[in-house]
Amino acid sequence: MKIAVCVKQVPDTWAQKRLDPDDKTLDRESVDGVINELDEYAIEEALQLGEATSGEVVVITMGPDKASETVRKALAMGADSAIHVCDAALHGSDALATSLVLAKVIGDRGFDLAIFGSESTDARMSVIPAMVAERLGQAQLTFAGKVDVEGSTVKIRRIAEHGYDEVTASLPAVISVVEKINEPRYPSFKGIMAAKKKPVERLTLAEVGVPADQVGLAAVASAVESFESAPPRAAGTVVTDEGDGGVKIAEYLSSQKFI
Amino acid sequence: MAEILVLADHSGGEVKKVTLELLTLARSLGEPSAVVVGAGAGSTVDALAEYGARRVYVAEDAELDRHPVAPAAEVLVQLVGPHSPAAVLIASTADGKEIAARLAVRIDSGLITDAVQVDADLTATQSIFGGSVIVKSRVTRGTPVITVRPNSTAPEAAAGPCEREDLSISLSDGASRAVITNRVEEKHDARPELAEAAVVVSGGRGVGGADGFKVIEALADALGGAVGASRAATDAGWYPHQYQVGQTGKTVSPQLYVAAGISGAIQHRAGMQTSKNIVVINKDPEAPIFEVADFGVVGDLFSVVPQLTEEVVKRK
Repeated sequence: MKIAVCVKQVPDTWAQKRLDPDDKTLDRESVDGVINELDEYAIEEALQLGEATSGEVVVITMGPDKASETVRKALAMGADSAIHVCDAALHGSDALATSLVLAKVIGDRGFDLAIFGSESTDARMSVIPAMVAERLGQAQLTFAGKVDVEGSTVKIRRIAEHGYDEVTASLPAVISVVEKINEPRYPSFKGIMAAKKKPVERLTLAEVGVPADQVGLAAVASAVESFESAPPRAAGTVVTDEGDGGVKIAEYLSSQKFI
Repeated sequence: MAEILVLADHSGGEVKKVTLELLTLARSLGEPSAVVVGAGAGSTVDALAEYGARRVYVAEDAELDRHPVAPAAEVLVQLVGPHSPAAVLIASTADGKEIAARLAVRIDSGLITDAVQVDADLTATQSIFGGSVIVKSRVTRGTPVITVRPNSTAPEAAAGPCEREDLSISLSDGASRAVITNRVEEKHDARPELAEAAVVVSGGRGVGGADGFKVIEALADALGGAVGASRAATDAGWYPHQYQVGQTGKTVSPQLYVAAGISGAIQHRAGMQTSKNIVVINKDPEAPIFEVADFGVVGDLFSVVPQLTEEVVKRK
């Protein structure tokens, strides 16, 4: 089985994220980049499915030069090779453009499965897997808490508010996985050394075959008009429990008309 | 007046609160039309009309419930073409955002997710980076597709004349490739859904174990709220993962958020700090969660929370 796993480099959780005042995009240069945490579950799931089917796992990322660190991490975990789409014209791309590029790469290479994390911790839109499935006309099997492949059929548990749905489709399909679907492995020393020799194919936009006028800041379908720091929350009242802490909260809730 | 399409969220014909919020919001943008998909769709018409839907498009075919997400997007695609609405509003839930995603691709239109406010000129306000930055955005291409967070608007009834239009929908191949073979209910039926609950009571590491969540649940039930959990609690297996609030879990913005035994790491605050009122109970006076508290008690949650529950029940 040929499995693609799409990963994204995001700012470290503890980093002070900021928007660039000029082009109003997330400033990725001034912060440390890490692999999107939820993508680690996607990589682990891809590796397990790859191992079970003697398949091939290819990491795909789109991002600046520095995203190659994230590619190396995925390779160190055990993926076989990587594709890094890197082109200055991609800067500022919105979800529509990002999904266009990823769908083109996935579609052209003929993967049986494309696996994503269920969202990125920076933009948090949670829309790319659905957009890629729509563009490819493939089954959308998202928010998976469990994935089983049998022959040419893939079955997932779609985690939902009410519990879960069991959803089935024929390959090829697009999957996103939720946190806790598995326990992502740590790269071993051997894995880290091996990753340095694994093939990473760097593609420009022209090599992918998407016209430059369909991506990047010039092609966005929505634009940030203005932004500002959120006003700090007004300092609240904090009391120490002297046996009546619950009553004190009840009085507060009553004053706010909750009870 | 310009038509605003609102995708109604319902469960077997019972309309969810967030839909009433969206209809209320849509009235400030134009003339709301509701779109309702799946089994029981027809029985929602009265409730939608009561909140201002001037037209309800009903796609009530059991086939549409057999596939996740894509059928609702197809219905919207088929309406946007002929009706050219000024905007499409969808609830910012996991399903809603994916429906919006597929719709935006199909109609090649801009998508804004997780809006907390939409102005009359369709400028959307978002709260990003864990609530630290407020952004105003506009769709610049096509029909704006905007997903709006639950609890962003107070629902207000505005009954009026309403036309029902039944739709017959043929699904594309792509939309019917994924098939739902079984639906498993695990939810505690008496509690509201976490994402749209007006009150959320969450427990964290301080709860100490699965058993400890009983006091959290008792308070949630007394307040008519949903139960949430911090990552520490779900990682430890004390509470199911789908109730996790935070950066890698759900983002909630209820009227009232009660955090008990939660220290308030940045990952947790990213999922709850836009809540209107935050009440904190924690033993550690230095816990960072107190920084976002409107009202906090430094104390043992196992004495404070049961006392609070008792008071809430008493005052009802």
